Formats: sequence, C-alpha cells, structure tokens
Amino acid sequence: MKKAFSYGYLGLVFLFLYLPIALMIFFSFNSNTPVTVFEGFTFDNYLEIFDNEELMESLWNTLIIAALSGVISCVLGTLGAMAVYNMKGWKKKIYSNVSNLPIINPEIVTGISLMMLFVFIFGNNLGMLTVLLAHVVFNTPYVLLNVLPRLRKMNVNMYEAALDLGYRPTQAFFKVVLPEIFPGIFAGFLIAFTYSIDDFVISYFTGGTFQTLSVYINNSLKKGVQPWMLAMSGMIFIIVLLILLVVNIRDAKLEKAKANKKY
Amino acid sequence: MRSKKPFYPYTLWMAIFVIVPLAMVLWYSFTDNNNSFTLENFKYVGDNLSTYLDSLKIALISTVVCLVVAYPFSYIMCKCKVSTQRMLNTLVMLPMWMNFILRICAWVMILRPQGILDNLLGVLGFGNNTIYHSETAIIIGVVYNFLPFMILPIYTTMAKIDKSLIEAGEDLGCNGFKVLKKIIFPLSLPGVITGITMVFVPAASTIVIGERLGGYSLLGDVIDSYYKGPSVDMHIGSAMSLVLMIIILISIAVMNHFDNGEDLAVV
Amino acid sequence: MADKGSCSDVLLRLTELCKSYDNESILKNVNLYIKDKAFVTLLGPSGCGKTTILRLIGGFESPDSGDIIFGDTRINDVPPHKREINTVFQRYALFPHLNVFENVAFGLRIKKLPEDEITQKVKKMLAMVDLKGYEKRPVSKLSGGQQQRVAIARALVNMPRLLLLDEPLGALDLKLRKDMQLELKNIQKQANITFLYVTHDQEEALTMSDVIVVMKSGTIQQIGTPEDIYNEPANAFVADFVGEANIVDGVMENDFSVTLCGAELKCVDKKPSDRNIVDVVVRPEDVEIVPAGEGFVDGVVESSLFKGVHYEMTVNVGGAIWLIHSTVSATVGDTIGMRVAPDNVHIMEKMYSSAINTFVCRIESADSENSLYGIKLEGCSYQFSSPLVFNEGDSVKLSIPAEAIEVVAADEGDFDAYLDSIIWKADHYELILEGDEGRFLTNKTNDEQAGTDVGLKLNVEKCIIEPCPESEGEDK
Repeated sequence: MKKAFSYGYLGLVFLFLYLPIALMIFFSFNSNTPVTVFEGFTFDNYLEIFDNEELMESLWNTLIIAALSGVISCVLGTLGAMAVYNMKGWKKKIYSNVSNLPIINPEIVTGISLMMLFVFIFGNNLGMLTVLLAHVVFNTPYVLLNVLPRLRKMNVNMYEAALDLGYRPTQAFFKVVLPEIFPGIFAGFLIAFTYSIDDFVISYFTGGTFQTLSVYINNSLKKGVQPWMLAMSGMIFIIVLLILLVVNIRDAKLEKAKANKKY
Repeated sequence: MRSKKPFYPYTLWMAIFVIVPLAMVLWYSFTDNNNSFTLENFKYVGDNLSTYLDSLKIALISTVVCLVVAYPFSYIMCKCKVSTQRMLNTLVMLPMWMNFILRICAWVMILRPQGILDNLLGVLGFGNNTIYHSETAIIIGVVYNFLPFMILPIYTTMAKIDKSLIEAGEDLGCNGFKVLKKIIFPLSLPGVITGITMVFVPAASTIVIGERLGGYSLLGDVIDSYYKGPSVDMHIGSAMSLVLMIIILISIAVMNHFDNGEDLAVV
Repeated sequence: MADKGSCSDVLLRLTELCKSYDNESILKNVNLYIKDKAFVTLLGPSGCGKTTILRLIGGFESPDSGDIIFGDTRINDVPPHKREINTVFQRYALFPHLNVFENVAFGLRIKKLPEDEITQKVKKMLAMVDLKGYEKRPVSKLSGGQQQRVAIARALVNMPRLLLLDEPLGALDLKLRKDMQLELKNIQKQANITFLYVTHDQEEALTMSDVIVVMKSGTIQQIGTPEDIYNEPANAFVADFVGEANIVDGVMENDFSVTLCGAELKCVDKKPSDRNIVDVVVRPEDVEIVPAGEGFVDGVVESSLFKGVHYEMTVNVGGAIWLIHSTVSATVGDTIGMRVAPDNVHIMEKMYSSAINTFVCRIESADSENSLYGIKLEGCSYQFSSPLVFNEGDSVKLSIPAEAIEVVAADEGDFDAYLDSIIWKADHYELILEGDEGRFLTNKTNDEQAGTDVGLKLNVEKCIIEPCPESEGEDK
C-alpha cells in the first residue's frame, strides 16, 4: 500500500516532466500544420531541419561554442580551484565567492553586464568571440566547484613525494596532481558542455546577430510553434537518451565488475 | 603547488570578466548619458515596482511548489535500490538536456488557444482553457523548467546522509516518521537551501517564459527591453539589474544563514 | 558456553543464526548465549561476521534463518526502535546537527521524558564519561576520544539492557585506546549493563572481556575466558590470532609425545583419533633457554632485541624460526638448547579434515593410448596422465599434493579460490583455500591477505588419480 503510493507519486511527477516532451515528439510526426489534431504520419518535419540552413548553422555554432568553452573553462577552472585551495581565511572566502559570482548572480545580470563590457571593447561587433568568452565566464565556476573537492581529498604528500623523488613542480603537477583531479575536471567539462548547449540568456545578450540554437528557436517562436521545432525536440531527445543509455550501461557494468572483485 | 604564479592568469581573467562588468553595471546605474552622477535611473525602479513584486511573487510560488513536489520525491527516491536510484536520477536529469526554449515551446503548444489542451477539453465537452496568458501558465512553465534543479540537490544531500546516522536514530527509539523529522530533514537542509536558490534566482529573473506563456513582461523582460529593442537605455537597465541583484544576493545570504556548509552543492 | 546455558541469567541467545549477502554466506549457524551483566567480546579478523552479528542483534538486518531471543522473547522481527538494546556505532554516528547535550538527550526526548529529568540524566551521564561542561559544544569540534565518549553516553543514558559496541576504539590512537579500555570496563561495572563488544584487536579483547568469542569466516572458533583463549587455544587460527605463538607441524605416534623439528617433545595431550598429524603451539615465553644439548632441540640465535621486561629472540632450528621471550639473553650466533615444559606444549587438531585436497571427479575425455585423461575441476579442464586405465564417465578420486598447488594473483591462475586462513608455521605459511568444489591446502613462503580471492595453478604432473567407488563422498 505504502509502496504503491510511493511509486504512484514518482509516476505522477515523471508524467508531468515527460508528457510535454512526449506530446512534442508525437506531433512531430504530424503531417498537419499548425499542430492541433493528428492527421497523418510523416517524416517531413525532420527533413525540414536539414533543409533549414539558418537552423543548421545555429546548431553548429552551439556545438562549437560548447566544446571550446568547455575546454577553456577546464583550464581556467582548474587554475582557479588551485588558487582557492592554496588560500586561507578571508582571502579564500572572497576569492571563491567572486569566482562563483557568475553562477550565483541571476543569468540576466551576468548577460547584460558582459554585454556592456563587450560593447565597450568591441563596439557593435558582437559575435562568436564574445559568446565564447561569455560562456567561458559562466562555465568556469562549475569546473572550479568540481575540481576543488578533488584537491581537498588528495593526499598532499603525494605531490611532495614526487618533488622528493626529483620531479620539478610542473612535472609533479602533470604526473601526480592532474591524474588525481582529472575526474573532477572531466565532470566539470560535462556540466559546462551541457549548460553551454542549454544556455539561452547569455548567448542572447552577448551574441549580436550571432545565433546559437536557443536564440534561433526563440526568434522563430515569436512567429508561433513551427513543426521543425517539434522534430528538433524529437531528435535531441533520441540523442540524449542514447548517450545516457550507453553511459548507464557502462557504469552498471563497471560497478558489477567491481562487486565481483570484492568477494 | 604552493607557488602563486600559475594563478595570475585566472585572477586576471576574473578581474576582467567578473569584476569589471559588475563595476560597469554599478557605474551605469549612477550616471546619465553625459557620465555625470544621477539617481534619476532609480526612479524607473519605483515605476516598475509592480513588475518587481509580480516577478518575486511568481518566483516565490514556483519555488514553494517545486519544494513541495521535490522533497517527498527525493525521499522516496532515496528509499529505492541503488540501481533504481541511478536510473531515476538520470530520468530527472534528462528533461534538463532538452533545450530551454523547446521546453517552453512544448507548453505553448499545449496551452495556446486551439492547442492540445483545448482540443482535449473540446472532446470532453468542456470550453477552452483559461490558463494560457495567465499567471498560472507562467508558474507551470517555471516549475516545469526548474523542478529538476530542486530535486537533484535535495536528493544528492539526502543520499549522502550516513546510513549509520539513520540507524543510530532507530537505535535510540525513532520510528520512520521521527527519523525523517529529527534526522533526515535537518541533515538535508543544505540541499533544500541549494535547491531553493537554484529555483528562486532564475525564476525571479527569467525572460521569455513570461512573454510566451503569460503574455506579459516580467522583470527579466523589462530589463531586456532596456538593452535590446526600440527603447535602449543601459543606465536604466543597469539600475534595475542592480536592484534585482541586491534583492537576490540578500535572499541568498539570508538563506545561507540557516546552513553551516561553505560550499554550494554542485549538480 | 555454546551448548549449555539454560540458566535464568541468560540475556540473549542466538540459535542457528545464518546470514548471507548476494549468495555469499557471512554467518554459518552461529550459536551463542550471553549472560546478563557480562562483558562479552566478539573477536576476529575483518570480514569474519562479527559486525553482522551485532547488526542482527541491533535490528538493522534480519537473519536468513535462526532465532534471536532476548530475555524470553524472539526479537527477529522487532524493529530497532522497539528493542531494549542500544548501539555505539563504529564511527560513532553522532548527529552533526546537534550539540553534545542534544546528542545524548536524543533517546530521552523520543521517550518524551520531562525536561528536568532529561537535563538531570544527561548531566549525570556526561559527568560519568568525563565530559562535564561540554554540553553546548558542536560534536564536530570534539576530539576523537571525546566523540567516542559522547557516543557511549548517548547509548548508555537510555539504560538499555544490552549495549552493543562496534569497534568503538578503532579510530583512536594507541595511548587513548589504552585509557579508554580501562574506562569502558569501569563504565560497564558502574552502569551494571551487559556489553557486547566487537573488535579485531586481540589485546583489547584480552584486557576488557569476561568472555571472548573468537570468530573466523562466519563461524565461532572458540568461546572462553581470556585465560582459556590464551592458554588453551582451540586451533592454530586462535593461537595465531590471540597473542604471539610458535605454531609448527607435529606428528603424534603415541599419546603424550609429539615429534616436531625432528625431535621428540613430551606433552600432556592424547593422540587425536583419526590421524597422527597435528598443530603444535608453544608460546614464546614458555620456551626456556638451556645450554646446547640439554633441551629437546638445539638452535642458533639469529637476533636478540631488548624489550624492557624481556628479550625477544629468534632462534633458527634447522630452518624453522622460533620466537622466544626470555629474561635471560643469549648472544647472537650462539647455539642454545630449548626446553618446554609438557603442560606448555599445546596439541591441536588440524583445521582441515583428512579429505582436503582430494576431489571426486568424472573422466570427461579418455585417451588411453597416451594415458591422458581429461578432468574438470573448478570449471577448468586438466589433462592428467596415469598408468591406470579409465573410461569416459568413470568416477575417479583426484589427490592434489600441497606442493602441486601454486598461489598467484587473482585472475592469473587456472581458477580463483577464497583464502580462508593463512598461518605462519615457523618456516612457511600454511594456506587453506575455499574453492567451489572443495577445500585446498598448500604451503608458501610469502604471505597473502586472508579473506581475499587468490588464483591457483595446478601442476598436473604431481597429481594422482585413482579409481573410486561412486558411493564415496567428496570433501566438503
């Protein structure tokens, strides 16, 4: 009884989360536009995506920005994490709070403030570079927050042991520290990458005429729901689902192997 | 690792891209087009008082709804088998990877006149829905978009609670409900606070949701209109952003007062 | 203590208790009873099931079979919060969101006692564990020893009839541990409550307990007073685990006499009924140094360390290294004689049956021309050669001598087996391994970690196959 209630509750929440997505995917196969009633099955909406040059370009922009900003954020975030790790007292507090400002602040504030800076520097030439810089700004704290606990967990003596065994500090960093904190950096990269793909507000303010996927969809949504938007949802959903399935199956396998080893 | 040198690039980066932009917001707020000091910009804040209150009210209601839905959800999740937990966790995150604008698009499709809901109501013999272009529509949109941001931190902190603390509670005479009240709730508070922050902040400053689903401008949309569109005035926009930022930073500070942890829970 | 005990002062009784996780048996038919007001210690290496027993009694797990009887009631299905038992958890499990006072008061508040009674009881308990004045401190700001005492106070303030302690001193440093051992014993006497204490530290067990229960691999090896356990260990495992000991292989042809290290030694035990090989245990302090030729055997002193009250010496007796504690020193390099009084020679039956290393198998393939026979053992196929002739499907007895088994890292041998016990036998380690089809015995000069999986390689040339009647059972 109690169990049934629990599962029922989980089911309701998932219904709320997934019904809109399911409806979009369902109507993405609808041959009748505008979408009201399901008239007939078609793949045309999906084919339309590839014919829409502006859409394809914005998709491409989004992926490049996400990948580049992810990588750059990893370097900056790791440096920042090490800076915070090595500080003490009020200095540390201030430094880490300032580091986190871009994600503590409302997105819109980060967006407009960066827009003002970029307009001040570049005038009206906002574009890919400014969007990239802006994404690095709000992605870096995510990497920092993921690397910092790894640094804290690391045995400091390991780094010192490397120095003791004759490594130069930079060598010791790459040979000993980096492998230890790498899982944190990688997790930070994944978060940065996904936030970057999902971002609308920052790209909207700092992009000028440069369009990421979110910005392009928003501009088109002003004219109402377009059939290709539904197809786009279907495509994103399938891709994400496939990625998650692969990752989960791999994780489950790893865990199983570990459990077997343990006896 | 103790050397300070490698950190200069990061510090420089932070100074240029975090501190300078905020300093510019501050500067623009208190100056006019001739770069002379003025408080005139804040008059517009007063004029938009009702927008501020509207936005904060919607953010508050949405946050409460998210919390009420997410807390029992996380609790039930933690009671499941570890493998089930991982699957549920993935299922909660999946909608977050759908594009933000597309998620709004879904609700426009459902709620708009002659949309899916209207068709359904029509079949059942009811009239058209009155949700579209109302406060309720905005709240639905906000909750839909940000619910996972409430569930995940609460679930993460709850799952991290040492099982032996719960056993200690049972050992000392707590039944299931008392364990929840006296141990799990106080220990999951940091997650609750992170969740509240992660929902309230974006909800209070959201753009697009208000206009697409509610049919009217929320605070974010008003600020937007001072940066893009026909009536650009970065001075007024800055002043409004500054006030929004201060309100939100104060709320976060007040909330963190309930919590002793020093790190943000990371999703 | 395992079989008798129908007297009225028994507080807790475990009968035929079994528990397994993921098909892995953790407890195998555990029988135990605990007398009221006693200090009982479960002693054993990690993974032996001692913590599982505690968790079953505390109510955090339920047994697969068997009964837990507390007083006169079966409490198998009673939830933890309804048991008159409290636990001091391994890492204390103090509530981080409550201060010292509130942690200790936690159980009393649940019982809805009046406020002044709670205050009075908590204060009294904090005074007892030496934490007066710490009421308002957050528990995270306490030292390990202080946290540990809060954990004890929190459990004890409820006046349970039985207090379970799961390695409560494990996280403390040596000095603090010694102090706390005395303090715990005092607290137990003062509170007049039954303690069931779990530890892997033999010294801790010997110091504090009224009764010690030695465990290994989910079974009870011996139950007795600290003196019994130390002086009369039930088997080589107990002797090895509790205190220091010289454990050597011995042969007994007659009663009251054993041959070890090539010499004969008088003892007070009778020859075991089924076979003549035995384990012989001699404690280091029981070996007396005498001039060469006057003891039962001679040896060369290899090292001598001054340890304050005694010298710790190692003596090489024809390759076997003996450990001796003596107040008389001997010079390194000297040849000395060793004498052991008959009642200090402890004879113990081997921990394995005579059927170890023998398996009943079926011939899978027969190549009688080359005298090669395929046999499957532990999921691996082997080709054995034999002068005897067998047919496919014949049942055979496979004997594997200890020297035919090589121990390698897990996954790197022919198959994996669980290392059940490893005991140093003066010049080699004796390993007992658990496979799917039976048990293996082998010797090795390097040590391995007991309680883990290791790989085994068989040298088929050294194995022997003989015909066997179908009726004969295999070693289990």
